[in-house]
Amino acid sequence: MTDTLLAVRNLSVTYSGDDGDVRAVRNVSFTLGRERLGIVGESGSGKSTTGRAIMGLVGRSARIAADELRLGDTDLRGLGERGFRKLRGQRIAMVLQDPKYSLDPVMSVGQQIAETHRTHLRSTGRDARRAALEMLEAVHIRDPERVYTMYPHQVSGGMGQRVMIAMMLIAGPDILIADEPTSALDVTVQTQVLAIMDDLVRSRGMGLILISHNLHLVSSFCDRVLVMYAGQVVETCQAASLSEAKHPYTRGLLAALPQLGNRRAELPQLQRDPAWMADLA
Amino acid sequence: MTSPTAQGAASAAPAWGLARSLANRTTRSLLSVALTFLGLTCVTFFIGRVIPIDPVLAIVGDKASAETYARVRAEIGLDLPIPVQYWRYLVKVVHGDFGNSVITSRPVLHDLLQVFPATLELALLALLIGVVAGVPMGVLAATHRGRWQDQVIRFLSLLGYSMPVFWLGLIGLLLFYARLGWVEGPGRLDVAFDDIVAPIIGMITIDSLLAGEYEVFWNAFWHLLLPASILGYLSLAYVARMTRSFMLAQLRQEYVLAALAKGLSPWRVVWVHALGNVWVQLVTVIALTFGSLLEGAVLTETVFAWPGLGLYMKNSLFNADLNAVLGATVLVGVVYIGLNMISDLIYPLVDPRARDQ
Repeated sequence: MTDTLLAVRNLSVTYSGDDGDVRAVRNVSFTLGRERLGIVGESGSGKSTTGRAIMGLVGRSARIAADELRLGDTDLRGLGERGFRKLRGQRIAMVLQDPKYSLDPVMSVGQQIAETHRTHLRSTGRDARRAALEMLEAVHIRDPERVYTMYPHQVSGGMGQRVMIAMMLIAGPDILIADEPTSALDVTVQTQVLAIMDDLVRSRGMGLILISHNLHLVSSFCDRVLVMYAGQVVETCQAASLSEAKHPYTRGLLAALPQLGNRRAELPQLQRDPAWMADLA
Repeated sequence: MTSPTAQGAASAAPAWGLARSLANRTTRSLLSVALTFLGLTCVTFFIGRVIPIDPVLAIVGDKASAETYARVRAEIGLDLPIPVQYWRYLVKVVHGDFGNSVITSRPVLHDLLQVFPATLELALLALLIGVVAGVPMGVLAATHRGRWQDQVIRFLSLLGYSMPVFWLGLIGLLLFYARLGWVEGPGRLDVAFDDIVAPIIGMITIDSLLAGEYEVFWNAFWHLLLPASILGYLSLAYVARMTRSFMLAQLRQEYVLAALAKGLSPWRVVWVHALGNVWVQLVTVIALTFGSLLEGAVLTETVFAWPGLGLYMKNSLFNADLNAVLGATVLVGVVYIGLNMISDLIYPLVDPRARDQ
């Protein structure tokens, strides 16, 4: 927990469009050690954009500004496409939401895993294949030899997400950004996939950023939580004490959660206060 | 977690699955081919009935007596009920009997087999040009969307769409043959090279290579290049345009983001991952393009005096040679059916999802 893998200070991401600029992320600051950091917030709060900005994957129309954006000892500010390419997959990787769309449908899953290995370790086809098979085993897939030749449409959602994790971890990154990794999965499979991911992240001493809109998930799974609203971090707290959060937005989110056994006809609606944005507008 | 049954079902050897899906597809496509063919002959038969050309008059001439007219009419079966006539026509067509051509006085099938390879040679090279140049151009336009590369490629496509092929042909001949002398002129060969190579499959470039007559090959090639390029430009315009829009759609997919996130070069993401998916959609487009090249050949062959199916059809039409026109129409229809079958067979090769159906 001591050494800092990622340091972000005053990160802003601005998209310039036809109707003026949209500031998707405003002055976000946090650091990540060998821990599990959750980022929660509603749709459009800038949590995914924050993750993508760190990987240099925000597209050409976006401008990134930060006082500090550091991955280990590498300054990410002003890093070109070529520089980012070396980091992606090898130092920092990302698991996306739905394996149905995030795996290439016309390439076998084994080849897609091996491809990451070949790209970063310049390995031969045979070495990459062996590494991919080991990685499939590491994400608890029985019979890796057979799954290796399967195509994305032939595997279930849970298996697809484990393939995705294997594909992203095979080149040994320090940080994994998981962007809603379980939202597209059946509830029964969610915990299993999370457990596998957690297991790998811990045993490899990695840092994990878990992006989710699911407060329960984040508070039970992560060490620390950032709460984002309208592109800014409104509150940072220990996951275990999320229920004691102070910011009215976080309180509002918590109040809007349905609870088992509580037969309430209507959930309270989140009351937004323009003042939440005033300090940074 | 996948259930054990689902895992077991998918465990059939991939090769066997591929063979079985191929067999299924073949059966299904044979059935649809039979139906399509029936429809096609229906159309050509009724065209033959409604067209204002009297086949009896074409044989007996307009000075014949009424008895002669009636006798010939009965001889060729025009007094029979329509369904019976259609049945007789169908039986003949299935046996490859399209009747005799009035102009050449040979069986239409014989004529078709002679002219078709010339058109096929032209269309194949045109398709090759269209695909080899059109697909990369479409990809480039998509990856440089809105920038000058995209503008240039879109302008070239638009030009290919909107220029009449006969006009392009004439300008091409004027410039590259008459002015610059880069290519040979109309026809398939110079007179000096006629009858050196005996036809094997009827495509002179390939026949001459098989016979080892390289001089003939080069002469034939330079004759072929201009008309094929002009036809090819038409297919290039279409292929590039479709590739561009397919590619733009693929580049928005999540797997492209994932491929970038694992550190692949944009080049590999575009040309391996995205293009691999674009091919799935391009198969149909290319098959259709090939069909339209056969149609485009009618004008091109007329301009270039290319003795192929298009020129044959044009001459037959102008001389009211009904048997020849209908025979050629059936042939074009059969080629379309064949193209559909081929693209059905290619699908499972480019799309693993199609193998499991």
